[in-house]
Amino acid sequence: MNVFLDFEKPVAELEGKIKELRHLSDGSEVNVGEEISRLQAKAETTLRQIYGKLTPWQRIQVARHPERPHFSDYVTALIEDFVPLAGDRTFGDDRALLGGLGRFRGRSVMVLGQEKGSGTEGRVKHNFGMAQPEGYRKAVRLMEMADRFRMPILTFVDTAGAYPGVGAEQRGQSEAIARSIEACLRVDVPLIAVIIGEGGSGGAIAIATGDRVLMMEHSVYSVISPEGCASILWRSADKARDAAEALRLTAEDLKELKVIDRVVPEPLGGAHRKPDDAVRSLGDAIAETLAEIENEGAPSRRLARREKFLAIGTALA
Amino acid sequence: MNWLTNFVRPRIQAIVRTRETPDNLWTKCPSCGQMVFHRDLAQNQFVCTNCGHHLRIGPNERFERLFDNGTHTRVPVPAVPADPLKFRDTKRYSDRLKDTRAKTGEEEAVVVAEGTIGGRATVMAVQNFAFMGGSMGLAAGEALIAGARRAVANGAAFIVFSAAGGARMQEGILSLMQMPRSIIAVELMHEARLPYIVVLTDPTTGGVTASYAMLGDVALAEPGALIGFAGPRVIEDTIREQLPEGFQRAEYLLEHGMIDMVVHRHRLRDTLVKLVTLMVPEERAGAAD
Repeated sequence: MNVFLDFEKPVAELEGKIKELRHLSDGSEVNVGEEISRLQAKAETTLRQIYGKLTPWQRIQVARHPERPHFSDYVTALIEDFVPLAGDRTFGDDRALLGGLGRFRGRSVMVLGQEKGSGTEGRVKHNFGMAQPEGYRKAVRLMEMADRFRMPILTFVDTAGAYPGVGAEQRGQSEAIARSIEACLRVDVPLIAVIIGEGGSGGAIAIATGDRVLMMEHSVYSVISPEGCASILWRSADKARDAAEALRLTAEDLKELKVIDRVVPEPLGGAHRKPDDAVRSLGDAIAETLAEIENEGAPSRRLARREKFLAIGTALA
Repeated sequence: MNWLTNFVRPRIQAIVRTRETPDNLWTKCPSCGQMVFHRDLAQNQFVCTNCGHHLRIGPNERFERLFDNGTHTRVPVPAVPADPLKFRDTKRYSDRLKDTRAKTGEEEAVVVAEGTIGGRATVMAVQNFAFMGGSMGLAAGEALIAGARRAVANGAAFIVFSAAGGARMQEGILSLMQMPRSIIAVELMHEARLPYIVVLTDPTTGGVTASYAMLGDVALAEPGALIGFAGPRVIEDTIREQLPEGFQRAEYLLEHGMIDMVVHRHRLRDTLVKLVTLMVPEERAGAAD
């Protein structure tokens, strides 16, 4: 059931041993409790060592981990009375980008985000979280509605990128993304964007132009995938590791570049190990951020957001 | 064989080329392969005299051809942090920038100028494909914002020529941030109720298309220009779909309702004059002065 990443192998071995011991001790008189707790301690130390110095390339593996909590997991745990809303009212409904109304810690909000799906069937159904123009047009519709009803907007970003297909191009993928960014910039209600897994280029910024942008500790956010960057700049996809280093796509990097506002801590060993803890950690961070925005009392949310984006990059050494 | 083809042949070609065309007198049309006398090509606004293909041209050719009497002045663009990521691929980004600046004589990929078109104050920004593929980084974003601000201050129209492979990857996430930043420039125009006209030229792809290039009040495109979000190779490689004939070309976008018209370069100035004079009424143009 558990998916282990290459660099997690030492932990996988220890956890395998623990499981084995537990199985052996079932119904037997031998007391293995001591041995188990020793192994558990060792597994935790190992995990701490590994996760204490993840390379950017390893970060990407964690950010793409199949068992990492997805949009739907966050919504289920954080949003009460969730009412999913569908369709762009023009062409179709995009199941790669979901959204709807709900209640976050007592107040009405609009939530939207990419859903990568789980299991083969789920992933296909949600097109691996790669949205088409309909998805971004739905996002615009929901953001405008939120603005009308004075509801804060929470977006959850998790996509390798917008879908590169013939139909998507035909129906105006570029225009749809541009309009979605424009809608983010136009609304006068608080907009909090969270990169929960992968923040892939234009497909991500389309819903991430927020008053505050948060990143889960092991998420990544980049203008291009390291694989794509390597094949263009190094002319070799094998250089993806080098590209991952050069692109500065980890949460700490982006915080340092002042592109994001807050890094949300994940449980030891990544959100996939203790999804409930990860979700709770993000819930608290969102609540605090929302309060922070509202305490700011900016006369115009829209203009404050604009100033924020105008300032990005200009003050770097 | 490799040594011969990779090393010897280019050297021989280089010698032959310099002897035969010392002043770059002939240009080979990238579409039909015809050798066209450079002066003829320049007179024809770099449209192939044989097949009508629109060759890529730079900011100066645009400014001189499109502003009234070619009269214009450059609009200064605020300096931006250089190489914020200290990026290095097979070459340092800072070296790449230096080389490109020397080669093009321009500071950055987007150049802004102001003048009049049909007597109406106009600011024009041209993305220069010759400058690192026109790619959009901090400087390009800054140039578009400066252009829009100047247009708003002068009650002018803002015409943007897009041409880029997309974002400046060497600036990482900061290049992605130019998508919202350039859209803010568009918003400034909208709020001032001044015309924002985009001319999409070959090629316009990636984050550039998915931001300011697709938000023009009026969107024109040059014939045959490649315009899209994902590049055709990316689509073919990742999706393994057969691409339809003429896919992502200007005419295809027109047919799918994504742009207003495809305009031959010879008729571009007339079209822009008509649009700007229609969209900026005379009384307003007077008041802005």
